[in-house]
Amino acid sequence: MSERILMCGNEALAESAIIAGLDAYFGYPITPQNEIPEYMSKRMPEEGRVFLQCESELASINMVYGAAATGKRVMTTSSSPGISLMQEGISYLAGAELPSVIVNIMRGGPGLGNIAPAQGDYFQATRGGGHGDYRTIVLGPSSVQELVDCMPLAFDLADQYRIPVLVLADGIIGQMMEPVVFNKKPRRKLPPKDWALTGADGREQNIVRSLWLKEGAVEQHNYDLQAKYREIEKNEVLCEQYEVDDAEIVVIAYGIAARIVQGAVNKARQEGIKVGWIRPITLWPFPTEQISKAAKDFKIFLTIELSCGQMVDDVKLAVAGKVPVQFYGRPGGGVPTVEQVLDKIRQLTLRQENVI
Amino acid sequence: MQKVFTKPQSLKDCTTHYCPGCGHGIAHRLIAETIDELGLRGRTIGIAPVGCAVLAYDYLDMDMIEVAHGRAPAVATGMKRTNPDKIIFSYQGDGDLAAIGTGEIIHAAHRGEQITVIFINNAVFGMTGGQMAPTTLLGQVTTTTPLGRDPLKQGYPLQVSELLAMLPGAIYIERCSLHKPALIRNAKKAVKHAFQLQADGAKGLSLVELLSPCPTAWRMTPTKAIEWMENEMIKIFPLGRLKG
Repeated sequence: MSERILMCGNEALAESAIIAGLDAYFGYPITPQNEIPEYMSKRMPEEGRVFLQCESELASINMVYGAAATGKRVMTTSSSPGISLMQEGISYLAGAELPSVIVNIMRGGPGLGNIAPAQGDYFQATRGGGHGDYRTIVLGPSSVQELVDCMPLAFDLADQYRIPVLVLADGIIGQMMEPVVFNKKPRRKLPPKDWALTGADGREQNIVRSLWLKEGAVEQHNYDLQAKYREIEKNEVLCEQYEVDDAEIVVIAYGIAARIVQGAVNKARQEGIKVGWIRPITLWPFPTEQISKAAKDFKIFLTIELSCGQMVDDVKLAVAGKVPVQFYGRPGGGVPTVEQVLDKIRQLTLRQENVI
Repeated sequence: MQKVFTKPQSLKDCTTHYCPGCGHGIAHRLIAETIDELGLRGRTIGIAPVGCAVLAYDYLDMDMIEVAHGRAPAVATGMKRTNPDKIIFSYQGDGDLAAIGTGEIIHAAHRGEQITVIFINNAVFGMTGGQMAPTTLLGQVTTTTPLGRDPLKQGYPLQVSELLAMLPGAIYIERCSLHKPALIRNAKKAVKHAFQLQADGAKGLSLVELLSPCPTAWRMTPTKAIEWMENEMIKIFPLGRLKG
């Protein structure tokens, strides 16, 4: 498929995963991502691959764990409450260093919340989420095309670093339709999966584990994991910047919030306000260096989220007190409008003028 | 001199961490003998449970994985669905399979997953120090039933094999015991049959429940534990083939 076609985000990401070589999909229905298991139930058998609707999210993530341990490309998808149930399994995947892809099409929380788009799972996604000292790579696409493009990247990153990779989108990106192109870009050179459980035919046994009982062993395992995380932080940060060179206000947003910000920034520029934006694409590793660099020259940072303020903590850590960081967010399914973000930018401009 | 009894190749030559009188060592040996005799080592993947047998891969010489408490049947499903040519077995205790993992074993059986489950039932949570399990007998004293299990407060012993035998997706269910040599020989036949079914591509789940002594958590001598199994445990968990 190299032509431009109109697809909804959930189906587009599913097709992109199939093109990326997905061997098996395990999932459980939850709104607003049901188009993914529905699409997979038809397409995976057509490709001679595995689709299974599981009895729960606990089962889904553990089927991912089992298939990943045999060296297969495998993924599950869910939405916020379902991802909470998967946290035990994600911690085990991280501990056993099993490559896997987990998609969270976020909805409003906490608890059952609602089925409208939200970004309230940022902390859970970027801090580990489950028990123990671990991180997962987190990708935060902001369009259907980017959702398509990030799936092969997610699988490659998972295989390269033997790590679970989370794709963190929200109900709008999952549900909206946009024209997309499925590019078959050159792939990374990946290490062999000589650790995988394939039956010990002619070799010594392989063991996949996360239990280390010998004194100091789990500490060493954690240090090894941290060394891997530092390498990922060094090599894999992705972010986009727009008209930040001369800007006096820099707006930071990811995912669908970034699309709203882009509209607001364009309008503000038409009004003569010097404003630009930075859009993190990898939420972990976070573009700390890029934001820190920008903070040297700019006066005010503004973070916009579909939450009460989660990523804003990372922005504050990145600017390290060098510049003020303002926040505007709408939680639990509330979506800021372009006009609301524009108003916030105008207010900051007025405040600057008052200061002067 | 002719050698008449040797260690199976699939069993490592090492000392185990299991307590004196524990049944895990016997169960491991039955699995290792079976895999050797059926020539399956090269394509077998074993799943160790959370519990006393979490280190089973230190004793069984084959590809193995460690999984979260109770989730082994889901992990086995992920493995078998993506590797239909491999022999996948889970090794689970009663705390693992009959308590926290009840959902996973029921649904794996319900779907007819083509896996083999070795279910060790010692009527107690062994590794965590002897707390009540769903399989604990009425009146049995554990660290969380200090006055003995009372059905009105803690419910009745859960007969998992009987429950699973009702499901069409389970094709072979047998309960055996490890407390007498003759019964151990029967258990070997059952374990071998369960693996043979999978190797033959039989369409469904096979499970062998092995009643196993736990003298430490039962606060008994190994000899007394054997007597208790003979006199009490097999009354509640009768031996024999339940299905297939």
